[in-house]
Amino acid sequence: MRRISCLLVTAALSACATTAGQSAAPPGNAAPVAPTAGSGSTESYPSTYRVPATAPTLIRHATVLTGTGARLDNADVLIVDGKIQSVGTNLPAPAGGRIVDGEHRWVTPGLIDIHSHLGVYPSPQVDANSDGNEATSPSTANVWAEHSVWPQDPGFRTALAGGITTLQILPGSANLIGGRSVILKNVPSVTYQGMKFPGAPQGLKMACGENPKRVYGADKNQFPATRMGNVAGYRAQWAEAQEYLRDQQEYERKHAAGDKDAKPPKRDLRLDTLAAALKGDIIVHMHCYRADEMATVLDMSREFGYHVAAFHHAVEAYKIADLLAEQGVCAAMWADWWGFKMESYDGIPENIAFVDAAPGGCAIVHSDSEEGIQRLNQEAAKAMAYGRRAGLQIAPEHAIQWLTANPAKSIGVLARTGTLEPGKMGDVVVWNGNPFSVYALADYVFIDGALRYDRSNPALTPQSDFTLGQPAAAGVYP
Amino acid sequence: MRASAIAALLGAALPLAAVEAAQGPILIRDATIHTVSAAGVLEHADLLIDNGRIAALGTALKAPAGAEIIEAQGRPLTPGLFGGLGHLGVEEIGLEPTVDDYSLKLGSMRPEFEVTAAFNPDSISLGVNRLGGITFAMVAPSAEPGGKGAPGGTLIAGQGAIAQLDGTLVPQARALFVDIGGDASALTGGSRAAQFMLLQQALSEVRAPNALLPNDQRLLTPAGRRSLQAYLGGAGPIVFDVDRASDIRQVVAFAAREKLRVVVKGGAEAWRVGPELAAAHIPVVLNPLDDLPGSFDTVGATLENAARLNKAGVKIAFTLDDPQPHNIRKVRQTAGVAVAHGLPWEAGLAALTRNPAEIFGVADRDGSVAVGRPADLVLWSGDPLDVTTLADRVFIAGQSQPMQSRQTLLRDRYLEKLRAHAAR
Repeated sequence: MRRISCLLVTAALSACATTAGQSAAPPGNAAPVAPTAGSGSTESYPSTYRVPATAPTLIRHATVLTGTGARLDNADVLIVDGKIQSVGTNLPAPAGGRIVDGEHRWVTPGLIDIHSHLGVYPSPQVDANSDGNEATSPSTANVWAEHSVWPQDPGFRTALAGGITTLQILPGSANLIGGRSVILKNVPSVTYQGMKFPGAPQGLKMACGENPKRVYGADKNQFPATRMGNVAGYRAQWAEAQEYLRDQQEYERKHAAGDKDAKPPKRDLRLDTLAAALKGDIIVHMHCYRADEMATVLDMSREFGYHVAAFHHAVEAYKIADLLAEQGVCAAMWADWWGFKMESYDGIPENIAFVDAAPGGCAIVHSDSEEGIQRLNQEAAKAMAYGRRAGLQIAPEHAIQWLTANPAKSIGVLARTGTLEPGKMGDVVVWNGNPFSVYALADYVFIDGALRYDRSNPALTPQSDFTLGQPAAAGVYP
Repeated sequence: MRASAIAALLGAALPLAAVEAAQGPILIRDATIHTVSAAGVLEHADLLIDNGRIAALGTALKAPAGAEIIEAQGRPLTPGLFGGLGHLGVEEIGLEPTVDDYSLKLGSMRPEFEVTAAFNPDSISLGVNRLGGITFAMVAPSAEPGGKGAPGGTLIAGQGAIAQLDGTLVPQARALFVDIGGDASALTGGSRAAQFMLLQQALSEVRAPNALLPNDQRLLTPAGRRSLQAYLGGAGPIVFDVDRASDIRQVVAFAAREKLRVVVKGGAEAWRVGPELAAAHIPVVLNPLDDLPGSFDTVGATLENAARLNKAGVKIAFTLDDPQPHNIRKVRQTAGVAVAHGLPWEAGLAALTRNPAEIFGVADRDGSVAVGRPADLVLWSGDPLDVTTLADRVFIAGQSQPMQSRQTLLRDRYLEKLRAHAAR
């Protein structure tokens, strides 16, 4: 079998790379409000995910990596009403609760992958479900990845077994501006709304470099065909969005002043998204490999007054680790992929460690892969090993932030998850040992305090409707 | 943590330039030697490399005059690892046609296509992966369909051969590559049902050269017939890239009928055909990470594939799915994952060493540690199957390989920049 990597975005764009049980929550519950777009458009498509009622869980005598940089040995983690209540030693067992023996086990926050195409480039990779790139125009800021998400992608379940509790699903990188992302909790659901992270901001996917100029210039003889074309393309979009935002604000000012003749600008879904990004309501994520292009994009973000949360793929981030740290921009990276196209030729396996080592640096391990998302911990372990060989001191309690707190920060949910601090979501992984090892497996995965994966009881996690009843899958799924 | 990391960064004495290539004898002392042979694991053992070969194995070996002495301090020493099947040396960078030589798209069946004629020993991937402990790999062509209106390949991708990662080809260790299944139906007129039909016709052209069809209906050129004839005569295995259980059964039956030596590559559903594969002595070269129904051919993919095949008595070796050569060092990680999912550790190491050496005809030099063999060895910082372990030293044909690559040079250049910044 040859999987085509979604890193490449082939000309055909077929590339890249929940399961049943729960229906949408009944209407009438106070639905969490979806993030607002620039022009007040998005209280639609709200999350219907509800935290299930669960008994308290106490994990005892474990090695705990809190995600805040601390390591606690022989420590306990108490989850009550779906939230972390406390982390410490000798915590009292709650009445009627679940006790997890943490001896010889390690506990971490639930892992977060900010670069996934699960659901939009699902398994099986058939043309019929290839919904990740709206490659019909270089700017499709109007599309929302969530409207392509197929919740039955079997990859959600295998990612859960790897400890993934939260993930950002992005449109692909064919376009300069690919559209809005969605943040999901990795829970089984028939609808994507049932997975949608309540209250999480949406993201905006943008792409540098080879992909847009190949998809449009080389393959279609359209704009853009060059990197300078790429930048001109983004700038034209931002300029238009600034004007749209001005018109919008002008209207709001007049309307507030009681001007009954004031008319709002004609609604434009594309500009709604871009205006929201300019306002900071939608978080900008930029696929960018080369150091020089990242620097160009940083200048552009100053030109138009927005912030880039993270450069994704960022294969050359190590060359500008200082610049990224100074600007407060995260880099989301692989441990060791390189060479699959020219802009990844300079990849080195110390990339993550170098970005991390710059004072104020924000390193993130990401997958962009239905395989990689299953073992982000191993990616981090490789990065740690190479960093140490280069002379950097990197402890597990520090490195775990690359796949918990740092990604949470970059997608705007750090106040809710990403660390084991009291009051945060009970998103917790119990590992069978040190997670920075090829042999580490998640024994238990909790999401909002609910046990969603139990390695000794695989039937707890429902298999996808797709694999259900497939004779070939008998013997794979419980 | 951050402050201490920077302190370490500033103070670290990074080993800079490459180790001088040792031309004289090398004595490795007090290693844990995994021979991957009947000799098993030798604890606190010494190994002497001389004239490119393993000259002695034992304890308290005496260092010859002028020998470099390496104190292993118990670290594992293994045979050099196999990097799987793919485009090593024939694909410098993806998506750049001028440096991608792995696929022949003439629209006709050309088993005489030897991809190793394009092999570039200076390709950057060799040095990068050598530092990852990979010392040999199968350079394999890929069958690919053509673009719009352009001719494509056929289900016979062509021939490949083993390369050592010092840049030496082993041309006699060759194999023929055939693509079967749903991925390949675009190569065979739109139906996988035509795949064995076409192979059968090609074999007939070889076996009954006096009954050839008219020129315009023949599949093979005279050179193609000679090439295929060589494989019918045992020149090397025929590697079938195939995943679906029913297709694998077809391969097993075809091999028996035609008396072919075949290898299954991919084999996502091979565990469902384990007993048949074991009985037919057909090895499987798989990626242990395949666990999703990436296509309808792999609905039965599972992380336990390697463990189940091994238990059924099938000889297994590991490869990545993706034939791109840049990161084949990752194949070591796949072995560790297989072990985490039930494969015995020793079987995991064998699937990276002895088994692929046997499957591809280089067991006389690769895949195990024994006196008299060319010294293709790796000294590891820890458990060779774990991701936190790195190769400390790599030897190919007895030559200590410089632990330097284009990547380490980039690393060192930008580490200097980072240090200067941190010092400000």
